[in-house]
Order: sequence, then C-alpha cells, then structure tokens
Amino acid sequence: MENAFGQPQNVVVFGGSSDIARAITRKLCAARTSKVILAGRNQKALDAAGDEAKDYGATTVSTVLFDAEEPQNAAAAVDAAFAAAGEPVDLVIIAVGLLGKQTEDEDDPEATLRMATVNYTWPVTALAQLRKLMVAQGHGRILLISSVASVRVRRTMYNYGAAKAGLDRFAIGYSQGLEGTGVKIQILRPGYVRTKMIAGLKEAPFTTGPNEVANYVMRGIANDSTVIWSPPILRYVFFVLRHLPTSLWRLVMDRQ
Amino acid sequence: MTRELLYGWGLTAPGNCEVHVVHDEAHVIDEMNKATRTIARGLGRSYGDPAQVSGGVVLNNRGLCDIGRISETGVVTVGAGASIDELLQLSTPLGWFVPVTPGTRQVTIGGAIAADVHGKNHHVDGSFANHVLSMRLVTPTGAHTISPSKNPELFWGTVGAMGLTGVITEATIQMTPIATDSVLVDTDRYSNLEAVMTAMLEGDDNYRYSVAWVDCMTKGKNMGRAILTRGDHATVDQVEKPTLIGPQPPKLSVPFMPPSGLLNRASVRLFNEAWFRYAPQHREKEVQSLSTFFHPLDGVSNWNRMYGKRGFLQYQFAVSDAHSDTVVDVIKRLSESGVASFLAVLKRFGDGNASPLSFPIPGWTLALDLPIGSPRLPGVLDELDEMVVAAGGRLYFAKDSRLSPEKAQVMYPRLAEFRKLKDRIDPEHKLTSDLARRLRLVGE
Repeated sequence: MENAFGQPQNVVVFGGSSDIARAITRKLCAARTSKVILAGRNQKALDAAGDEAKDYGATTVSTVLFDAEEPQNAAAAVDAAFAAAGEPVDLVIIAVGLLGKQTEDEDDPEATLRMATVNYTWPVTALAQLRKLMVAQGHGRILLISSVASVRVRRTMYNYGAAKAGLDRFAIGYSQGLEGTGVKIQILRPGYVRTKMIAGLKEAPFTTGPNEVANYVMRGIANDSTVIWSPPILRYVFFVLRHLPTSLWRLVMDRQ
Repeated sequence: MTRELLYGWGLTAPGNCEVHVVHDEAHVIDEMNKATRTIARGLGRSYGDPAQVSGGVVLNNRGLCDIGRISETGVVTVGAGASIDELLQLSTPLGWFVPVTPGTRQVTIGGAIAADVHGKNHHVDGSFANHVLSMRLVTPTGAHTISPSKNPELFWGTVGAMGLTGVITEATIQMTPIATDSVLVDTDRYSNLEAVMTAMLEGDDNYRYSVAWVDCMTKGKNMGRAILTRGDHATVDQVEKPTLIGPQPPKLSVPFMPPSGLLNRASVRLFNEAWFRYAPQHREKEVQSLSTFFHPLDGVSNWNRMYGKRGFLQYQFAVSDAHSDTVVDVIKRLSESGVASFLAVLKRFGDGNASPLSFPIPGWTLALDLPIGSPRLPGVLDELDEMVVAAGGRLYFAKDSRLSPEKAQVMYPRLAEFRKLKDRIDPEHKLTSDLARRLRLVGE
C-alpha cells in the first residue's frame, strides 16, 4: 500500500531498463518499495536493472518480457505484470518510448508506423487494461512518461512529438475519468535527459540527468500533481514557446 | 451500497471502497459472508488507513447506534456505532461520564475499542478497554459475546487490533460518576522540556487528568517549552452553580479547503508563540467545562481541512521511563529539522493492559501533527522511527500513516501471538485493511 507520502511498496515498471525508469526505481527502493516488477524487451537489461533495485533495498524483483511494437499483446503484458506482483499494485510506471531519427524515418512508412505504435498505440492500449485492473483494486498510481516534445510538435522530431502529444492528451482525459476511483495518473514531461535515448544529440538548454528527473518525480508524487515538469522551469519556458508565432518557434527550435 | 473514496482524518492515501451501513448483527453477518475483504469503519477519526480497504467492502457501523439504559451503578450497553458524543449527551445529565475519552468526542464506541483509545487519565484509569465489561463481536467464524473472563483471548485480541478480528456490534461499559459538568484545572507554564517532564513525574499522581502541550519548534534553552494542564471533576460545593449539561454541537467550522501550505513554518511558529504567551504562568482551580477541557478541537468541525488538500499526519509514539531521553531526543531532532509542527501533546502512561496490540506502555507518549509537504519530512520521521525502536518504544496504529512493515513487527513483539488468534477466527483473512496490508500485519 501507498503511505501518506505517496511512497509505494510495490511497483510495476514498463520499460524497466530505461535510464529514467532505473533512476526512479532506485529512489523508490531507497524509500519504501520492496517489490519491483520490471517489464521490457531485453531480459539481460532487465536483470541488470533488477540487481540495481535490490542494491537499493528491493527484496523481491521479477521480470516480464513484452514488445511495445505489439500493441495487441499490451493487455496480456499488463496482466502478466500484475500476476507477478501477486497483490494490489501501488505504482505503475510507463517508460516506453522510441525517439527515432526523423530525417531517416519520414520517407519510411514502416518506421513511421513503429514510432506511432511504440509511442502511442502500445501505451494507450496498456492504459485501458490498467484502468480496468486498478479501478477494481480501488487505489494506485500511474506515472506516464510523456515529454515536453508533446507540448508543440517540432519539424526535427514530429513523429516522436506527435505521438507523445496524442499520448499526453489521452492521459489528460484519462486522469479526469479516474476522479473518485482512488486511482491517479501523473504525467511526467521531461525536457532533454542525458540518456541512451538521446546519445549523440546536441545538449539543449535545461538538459538534466536521470537522477534529477527522479527527484522531481518524487516531489511530484508527494504533491499529487497531474503534470510533473522536469525541470519545473520548463512549464514556464514552454508556456512561452507554445504561444510563439510559427516563424519564431521554428527559428528557435529547428536549430536544436 | 455506494462506492466511496475513503480517507483517514489526515486526508492522505485514499482508497475506493464499497460502503454498507450495517444495522444489526444479522446484517453484519450477511455482509461479512458476502465480502472477500472487509473492515469496519466508524467516524473515520483514525489518521491513516485502518478504516478502509481499497477495492473491498467497508462496513460502516453508524447504523448500530442504540444506547441502552444506564444502570444505577453506571453500566450501559451501547451499539458500537454510537459515538462518545452521543453517549455523553444522554449520560452527562444523569451524572455519568465516559471512563476514557480521546481528544475528540467524535469517535464510535467500536472504534474506541478497536484503537483502545487513551485519554488524559491513562496514568490513573488506563485505556478504554479496561472499562469494557463485555462486547459482542462478529467474526467470519461466528458471533461471540466476549469479556475479560469469557473468552479473554478473543476479548484482548480484539482490543487495539484495529478491527482485524471482526466487527464489534455492541459493548457494555462501566461509566464514571460525576457530580457536575465542570473540571477544576491547574495550569502551569514551563520554559523547557526537562522542567515539565520533572513536574509531570512528581505531580501527575495528584490529578486524575493531566496533559502537557509542548512547543516542538523552539531551539536552545527554551527547547520543548510547555503548558501543563491538570485537573479533576469538580464536586457540587466546588463550583458556584453546579450543572450537568451534555456537550454542545460545534459553533465553528472550516467550510472549504484552503490551499496546502497555509500552515507552514512561519505561521505555525507564530501560533505556537501566541499559544504559549496566552497561558498563565501558574493558575489554580480554574473552572472549565467538560468540552473545553477534554475536547477543545471539537469546537471547530472539519478542522482537518486546515491543512489543505495535501493533508497531514500525526506522529505518536510511546517509550518507557527508562528511555525518557528519547522524548528529549525526538523533540530536539524535530526542532533542529525545522519541519512545521503544531504544539505536541505529551502525556504519562500508566500500566498497559493484556492486549497484544494495545498501544500504551508505561512511561511517556508524545503526539504531534505535521503537515504533508516538506520534502524532508519522510526522512526525518524515518529517523525518529529508528530512535523509537532503539528505545523499545512503539507507534500508535490509530495515528500511523507511514510506518514501514519491518519496524511495525519490531514495535509490536506480540504480533505473532495475535496472528495465531487471527488464523483461528479468520482463516481466510477476510478482515483486512489498507493499514494491515501496508504494515503486513496479516497475510493477504
């Protein structure tokens, strides 16, 4: 069960070996989390993330394999993870995403489909199943990793940005539909984070490390904020950017 | 039946539950048979999550509200869902007071037994269950009439067990005779913790009721400055116009939820300062009403909303006299950490009772309210847990909303004994709560 500070005792993580998910899981285990279920595509990477969770205090770790390119199996992946937990789940983290390479992907229908599937179709399908299971258990929290890229779609990563925008808006409606159920969804909108995902890209302003993201997440969980910005200043930066005329927006953002 | 989002008094960690108001024993049995996971709930005054079971069935005992005739010797049989407030309204004019009352009248009799509540008279009269002559309990394996002499294991196993043995439907209580509705109160102000603790050790035995309000935010030589109030029920010749009037409904209320953060370090410090300065250095035999002395916070309904939507928690622990240093260390740690805490309540505990899970142990207890919000708070409280465990002390389940299961096992060494009883009377572990799951008090 979650305590008064929102600290969970058990956690299911989809995309459990991602850098941001690992940083959050470490923090949670250092607080109250004793049981961790890591779901992902690569058994070896999940095992490594599981060992790390144990280093920070987890006593029970199990893993579930799934492929985010197969949304038809998303509900089964959610069921498998909940079965592995064996008790009501306090927190579900969805850290599933694919950045892609816009200029290479934009002429490639298959790559474009893959971007839409991993970044939008799989997560929303999983969310529908999560809603069913968690509303029945009467409590729980979902942390969905969106992105500041969802706020306004950019030329240089519109496949990613558009899919995240869809997911992010889906989650806003989803959160309203959860009122009174005891279940909450919190949407994390990080800026650039120094992870495997953006390796090779030029570092943008307000870039943080995964540990800083994890700190903002801990604070966001304690405060029950529906949207968690990381770093928090991006909320104001993107308020301005979102309202710029397109020509100015492109002048600023296309260079990055 | 309705589905409701239930919270404790601290407004944290809500759970959605199916709520049934139960009206009689047959109804309780029926609902218990149908449910897979269930727990009783009264007025929801526990701070954390003991009176809810997310995704399960909550049996609201407020339908069990009959109050029987009070016998000439002050014995009364009361439905478990009747509140202390309702009982006092009927009993005060007849010259009877509840044997033990917590800081609020708004608790049910069932809840008072389940939490084995204590009051300002614990050092003299012990906790609530010490005055329960018998009770009726519905368990998944049958309904029982239990008392300290009839099935004492189940009786004491139910006391302090936060509803995990069954649903109490009624209880027979020995009331305390009073001649007036007044209390004669002596008030003293002490400029530090050591002074007030010495005064309590030396003088509490001369009073039936005693409690100290401690300021946990001052540092240095005034650390733990306190106001000690002690009193006894007034006799007819001690007051000018003796009356016997029951408690009145609250005149004030917090009508809406102000933003979280209204109660912060600055505002709480200001409040504590004013509270301390307002109290007299020394005053004797002041006549106070029962409500003013016993239930000051009941004058404002929904006062828990003051903390805003993030809510708050209460940290209450008990340690033996051999570890009175721990009280000092805890207040020191809190005042240094700068987390905002309203005046804390310090009290002496007398002997505990036979219950394996009842909170009081002889020595000291300290309780303080803390707003949720400071990022330091979870870590500071975990440190306090370590200090309490090291002193062989414990936290109070009725107040807890954040303890870890590992520490709960250490604080309540008789938990294993309780689990054996639980396995026998509730083999499927049907009775469970979010508290029980969080602290792993019973298996799933």
